[in-house]
Amino acid sequence: MSRLVLGPFNRVEGDLELQLDVEGGQVSAARVNSPLFRGFEQILVGRAPLDALAIVPRICGICSVAQSAAAALALADTAGIVPAPNGRLARHLIQATENLADHLTHFYLFFMPDFARSDYAHHAWHGAVSERFAALNGTASGDMLPARAGFLRLMGFLAGRWPHTLALQPGGTTRAISSAERIRVLAQIRDFRAFLEKTLFGDALEAVAALGSIDALQAWAEARQGDFPAFLRAARTLRLEQTGRACDRFLSFGAYDLLPPGLLSAGMTSEPLDIGRISEDHRHAWLYGSDAVAPANGHTRVAADKADAYTWCKAPRYAGQVAETGALARQLLAGHPLLQAFVASHGGSVTARISARMIELASLVPAMESWARQLTPGEAFCTQGEIPDEADGVGLTEAARGSLGHWLSVRHGRIARYQIIAPTTWNFSPRDAAGQPGPLEQALVGLPAGEGAPPLIQHVVRSFDPCMVCTVH
Amino acid sequence: MLRLVWLQSGGCGGCTQSLLCSEPRALLAELRDAGIDIVWHPALSAASDREALTLLEDLAEGRTGFDILCVEGAMLRGPNGTGRFHLMAGDGRPLTDWVGRLARHARWVFAIGSCTAFGGFSAASPENPLEACGLQYEGDAPGGLLGKAFTSRAGLPVINIAGCPTHPGWVVDSLEKLALEGFTADDLDALQRPRFYAEHLVHHGCPRNEFYEFKASATKPSDLGCLMENMGCKGTQAHADCNTRTWNGSGSCVRGGFPCISCTSPDFEAPGHPFAETPKLAGIPIGLPTDMPKAWFVALAALSKSATPRRVRDNAVADHPVVAPAIKRTEQK
Repeated sequence: MSRLVLGPFNRVEGDLELQLDVEGGQVSAARVNSPLFRGFEQILVGRAPLDALAIVPRICGICSVAQSAAAALALADTAGIVPAPNGRLARHLIQATENLADHLTHFYLFFMPDFARSDYAHHAWHGAVSERFAALNGTASGDMLPARAGFLRLMGFLAGRWPHTLALQPGGTTRAISSAERIRVLAQIRDFRAFLEKTLFGDALEAVAALGSIDALQAWAEARQGDFPAFLRAARTLRLEQTGRACDRFLSFGAYDLLPPGLLSAGMTSEPLDIGRISEDHRHAWLYGSDAVAPANGHTRVAADKADAYTWCKAPRYAGQVAETGALARQLLAGHPLLQAFVASHGGSVTARISARMIELASLVPAMESWARQLTPGEAFCTQGEIPDEADGVGLTEAARGSLGHWLSVRHGRIARYQIIAPTTWNFSPRDAAGQPGPLEQALVGLPAGEGAPPLIQHVVRSFDPCMVCTVH
Repeated sequence: MLRLVWLQSGGCGGCTQSLLCSEPRALLAELRDAGIDIVWHPALSAASDREALTLLEDLAEGRTGFDILCVEGAMLRGPNGTGRFHLMAGDGRPLTDWVGRLARHARWVFAIGSCTAFGGFSAASPENPLEACGLQYEGDAPGGLLGKAFTSRAGLPVINIAGCPTHPGWVVDSLEKLALEGFTADDLDALQRPRFYAEHLVHHGCPRNEFYEFKASATKPSDLGCLMENMGCKGTQAHADCNTRTWNGSGSCVRGGFPCISCTSPDFEAPGHPFAETPKLAGIPIGLPTDMPKAWFVALAALSKSATPRRVRDNAVADHPVVAPAIKRTEQK
């Protein structure tokens, strides 16, 4: 057996290192290390409760709004604040904008450039794919970056700016949209739809969202212009629909009053979400403690010299078990037949995870159009309420990368405890006290590694769209 | 072409995410055509693992030349000065070492964002257990990782593109200015920020200016009124051009309905009061507008409050205008 250390792992958000045990040219065990510590939970302690709205977005530059939303929900929970209907719709629009912009950034800038690697020069698709997606110089970024920037102009209307807005509040948002502005919001969404339909999909969003089986998807991708079809054709030759299986237990906190919360296990049986079953294990993290602790009682104290620790990331578990989270989990729990078919045949995979993001792009943009139409200019966007001096609250939401939870305790009018479980903390968690590897650690086992191995590890890691800065908040 | 190397450390990556919003042209093509060649960026480059480490080692040892070092994120010197809070993946040496070695060879060093310039939120924990600092400042005190005396090969101190996050235009314009005409010490303000954006105030171009003039103030989130008196807004003191340049098309913090927290300033992350509340002494905000004598501010505020038109007073505490401006004949009489 030999041991490989892979890093720096670029084109992920933040810092990542992999330690791989390799036997016979295959990974026999993997350890995922988050080598950067941030310490945001300590920054929050002692602050005024509403300061969380200014602090938590700075945990993450790519899921900034999702962090804001979780804090706003946790604060609303302490006080029983019910957001104004317009505020709820505006928050959906703001969160969906970030979510979908992130999916686009991931696909074009982080994930696809690996297909331009010279390892694939013998494939018929390589010439066209590398011209389109090569890092820094591919033609795709010239189309995608202006589309992304244009789409994020929605944040200029709805949230002031992105990233790091204070617009999301427990009672809704700080920015009431006028009827004239709503026209421009709808035009901006339409502009994004046109980009997706022309450049990413080569088809109407509704047609993409309705693709209901693997055969239908493959037939659709054959000879179709568009960047997602190009990925599907390449992925098929590399069997990426059979690559990257993790634990096949999928968690979502639910989003947009549209995608249901729950836990889905193999066999597509789902169970309702019970947050009392969530705990965080510290066994292999450079943090004090080794028992699994409920986040409402959790703590984060550095123990930099702890034996057997190999990461700054805790190990969240649901009912003591490993769970994968992300767009695939959301779409499976929503019952999307294409993604259920992928997972039923080969479990969670690179192709399934990428396809889930694409399905989300195709289905959420029409939802955004509908939310913008439902806004009622002239009605309130923000209900008011006081945060009590003694209270506890939980805020659960979905970031682009999956389930995000904030657990907040207020004592004497100040934040006494703030615990965060971010999506990549689930997906890239280390082993727990029972020795169960995290989802990525499981997904890497069996992949080819070492000299001359094809870069499948690169695809599998990036298929989760990791956000390491959130992981080590 | 100017060769650019970018590193990330104790930060959120938001300055890169913001930079990718650069408009009107696609960022990568725009920088390339303006003479900026990205040699390495952790979020954008192809090279990974050994290939990346070899590239970085050659740059850090001066075997491969480059011009610009951009660092994004605070320098984490802890625990106990070891730098272990951020080790380079696959390498095991602290990022603080890498930054120090690369900075020696760079012609210009840019601190991208307030974390990198001054420490920012990474330095905000009580007693700063991360031992976080900026490249050449620790809060508002000169020093930081590289030390007060540091100058890059071109003879300049670190150029602090402060902001949390930075506006894409502040970064792109700085890089393109360098390619076009260079930077001199005279182009930087007293905190080493580029004067082209730091010698403006967020107040300039504030769309709430009529409310400010009459001290017609917001009292709760989503109100249209001036955010200075009650809601913690520091726009009259904050150095940036957010309301003349605007963000994501037509936005800015105050345009989004929430206060400016002066994110281009050292120590903005720990203001000593809740971010969205204005600290006051005897009913008067402590933080008065920059360059404004207190006695005059108090006198003018009292006068303007008594002169506030009903339209302005009523609209200040609503989330959409409830009184429209009167129609006046405007031709000369």
